[in-house]
Amino acid sequence: MPESVVHREPVHRDRDVARESRRIERVLIGVAIFILALFFFAPLAAVFYEAFRKGVPAFWKAIADDDTLSAIRLTLLVAAIAVPINTIFGVAAAWAIARFDFPLKSFLVTLIDLPFSVSPVVAGLSYVVLFGSRGYFGPWFAAHDIPVVFALPGIALATTFVTFPFVARELIPLMQQQGVDDEEAALTLGASPWRMFLTVTLPNIKWGLLYGVLLCNARAMGEFGAVAVVSGRIRGVTNTLPLHVEVLYGGFDLAGAFAVASLLAILALVTLVIKTALEWRHAEELAVKRRH
Amino acid sequence: MKFASFYPASPLPGFRLALLATLAWIGVIVLLPLGGVALRSGQIGLEGMWNIISQPRLLSALKLSFGLSFLAGVFSIVLGGFVAWVLTRYEFAGRRFIDAAVDLPFALPTAVAGIALTALYAPNGWIGGPLDALGLKVAFTPLGIFIALVFIGLPFAVRTIQPVLAETEVELEEASATLGASRFQTVTKVILPPLIPAALTGLALAFARAVGEYGSVIFIAGNIPFYSEIAPLLVVTKLEEFDEVGATVVAVVMLLASFLSLFVINLVQAWSRRRLGHA
Amino acid sequence: MNISRRLSAVLLAGTVALSASTAAFAQTTLLNVSYDPTRELYKTINEAFAADWKAKTGQAITIRASHGGSGGQARAVIDGLKADVVTLALAPDIDAIAKQTNKIPADWQKRLPNNSSPYLSTIVLLVKKGNPKSIKDWDDLVKPGVGVVTPNPKTSGGARWNYLAAWGFALQKFNGDEAKTLDFMRALFKNAPVLDTGARGSTLTFAQRGIGDVLIAWENEAFLAFEEFGHDKFEIVVPSLSVLAEPPVTLVDGNADANGARKVAEAYLQYLYTPAAQKIIAKNYYRPLDPAAADPADVKRFPTLKLLKIDADFGGWPATHAKHFVDGGTFDKIYTPGK
Repeated sequence: MPESVVHREPVHRDRDVARESRRIERVLIGVAIFILALFFFAPLAAVFYEAFRKGVPAFWKAIADDDTLSAIRLTLLVAAIAVPINTIFGVAAAWAIARFDFPLKSFLVTLIDLPFSVSPVVAGLSYVVLFGSRGYFGPWFAAHDIPVVFALPGIALATTFVTFPFVARELIPLMQQQGVDDEEAALTLGASPWRMFLTVTLPNIKWGLLYGVLLCNARAMGEFGAVAVVSGRIRGVTNTLPLHVEVLYGGFDLAGAFAVASLLAILALVTLVIKTALEWRHAEELAVKRRH
Repeated sequence: MKFASFYPASPLPGFRLALLATLAWIGVIVLLPLGGVALRSGQIGLEGMWNIISQPRLLSALKLSFGLSFLAGVFSIVLGGFVAWVLTRYEFAGRRFIDAAVDLPFALPTAVAGIALTALYAPNGWIGGPLDALGLKVAFTPLGIFIALVFIGLPFAVRTIQPVLAETEVELEEASATLGASRFQTVTKVILPPLIPAALTGLALAFARAVGEYGSVIFIAGNIPFYSEIAPLLVVTKLEEFDEVGATVVAVVMLLASFLSLFVINLVQAWSRRRLGHA
Repeated sequence: MNISRRLSAVLLAGTVALSASTAAFAQTTLLNVSYDPTRELYKTINEAFAADWKAKTGQAITIRASHGGSGGQARAVIDGLKADVVTLALAPDIDAIAKQTNKIPADWQKRLPNNSSPYLSTIVLLVKKGNPKSIKDWDDLVKPGVGVVTPNPKTSGGARWNYLAAWGFALQKFNGDEAKTLDFMRALFKNAPVLDTGARGSTLTFAQRGIGDVLIAWENEAFLAFEEFGHDKFEIVVPSLSVLAEPPVTLVDGNADANGARKVAEAYLQYLYTPAAQKIIAKNYYRPLDPAAADPADVKRFPTLKLLKIDADFGGWPATHAKHFVDGGTFDKIYTPGK
């Protein structure tokens, strides 16, 4: 997972033996910017260029299309399910792991990390294996008329899987670093456990929590591979935004595909801006050193 | 109760609730589905699994996925280390902006990255065009997959190396210089060694993510068996050929790779904590 | 406190939206799960049928469509996608649904005229304007330096027709020598720089991304690309021999009954055979069963060429599938390591 770094200004020295000459430095900076431009800015620019190539009216037409609007609604809905669930359980996991010692703790941490490295396609497949018609639980759910795969619950589950570690991963190092003094003091002063959690723990971790929720949300809205396997691609019903991009792309509607893609790119940019703002303002309240 | 025997001695409340909630959450969301995959693949027995795994086409796809992911990880580390160096050591206009932009691949949906990279690197794209004129084909070749994987892996590299680099003491470099070392010697003997654990962690993270990556790769991969077909695509292909068990077998192989990467990450970090006192 | 209150508000909003979306399903909806290139065709057909149904019964219906690679779509239906009707690229995909679920009877193909195929198509070649590599027939596809774009027969129904057309040509050329035919196919696929998973993916790779010199495509797909990307960019080459493709449709009885939509679903499929639908079919570059119903100008666009038939010339789908496309079939033999 992405980890920010506490923003420390570069070290300034008057006479610097531990430094390259100004000229080399400029070349190195130039090369670094070139690399990032090539890898990061060019794709982003391509998205917006293609989105507006046929003009603003074509762009709006693609966005205001019924199927696009329904994809936006579904995407928001899926995020509104997956993100709160992962937030609540992420806080619980962080509390158990950062505040207590117990056997096999590091194993539990590894398990929490697992969805980062599991292929999204495998994640989607695993829900088909469980809830598909031929799956282990599929027939039971079908008999009770509860749709899972190829409907909202399946899409929400697959999204929950891939966004599972974000909140916990943000909070664990932060809470470990903050220590238990504040909370113990609150208890000593007679606060109930809930009161302690709400008035001491939560305010302490709020920025880290927000940071985790933000990343969780970005991934939830943008997931493609896992959702593609369980969606069924019914236009206007089970197409999320990233799937709708693919649908339009396949419909010879390149401008439309990139218009919808640009919405997701804007989401990414907004995420980055908020994230960066959080890091600048609340650096000391976010974990200083995080693993990944 | 057995549970009570490892109940921790802490004055803080809520351990049981939090742990149970965590275990339930992991159980339902992660372990149950992955267990289902493992169970389904085991249906055909070890020999049946081996017959699928040993198919040359699958082996070749796995080799491509693992090989390219590793190469992309190494390349990301080199490039990312360099970017991290520039970001921590030099002051220049737009530094913070660049720093923030490094996380773009984390936030950008993979399908968007996929179609954008394909548009860029196709023979008629902004970057693919000039390269094609030079005889270098990127989109729909392993090189295209490599580019997409570097896009995915680069932020992992930068973000694991950057904090360690920010912590290295410039005094050490000054001492090195004072003792007569050239700048090159200082860089290779003083600056680089402490970065190794972070670099390895970054490599393992980038690798783990790249092996399973689908959305950003599938548009730019050519899907030619034995040449540009990636392992996650075979999961989908097998599923679409109505061979669910085959798909789960491929999935299990990829899951083992994920476990292994995480294991390596933990090992490296434990090792670096012991040796260098930080992770 | 604040955050938890906000969270519960979000959760509540989610629940409300969830129940709202279930309510939206209550009206009569029909789900047509189809393959890749039919997006444009069924968009028009669905509108026409909905209007026709409304006029006849007074009932408003919503027709949903899902498009993707034919095999993948069949897989989704097997795994529980609640298609009322499936309209796929080839019969084995529907056979698979019939076999793996009991939602479709085994003799489904006898239920509608013409083996349940309301329209026909064939496989042609699309080349760049001016035909710079002078591609005239299947032979030209195996020449060194010719880039051939086709989807993967393992995942794409259209690609199987492509494969069979080329196979049929080669078999005839080599007087039934299968070893030589296999070498021909090997040479052809050696020229393929990309194997997309679906027919539409291949069209985009060729037409949009400028990969390769020739696209092997559904006739309808070739016409569509020709119209979509401009007559000045591409031209269609009709090979000396091709296959008669019969994309079948059927009711998914199990789902339609559960959905209470059997009547409208059956009417939908029968509608495909009406003159009105046949006209739309021809307009969308598919060959109508009933050319008399179509606009003569549309019919004139279809070249006459010699077409192999799946039953008469290849021994029917089950045998063809077992020979070429199962694991270890001729397609797998083409891709052997180091060749």
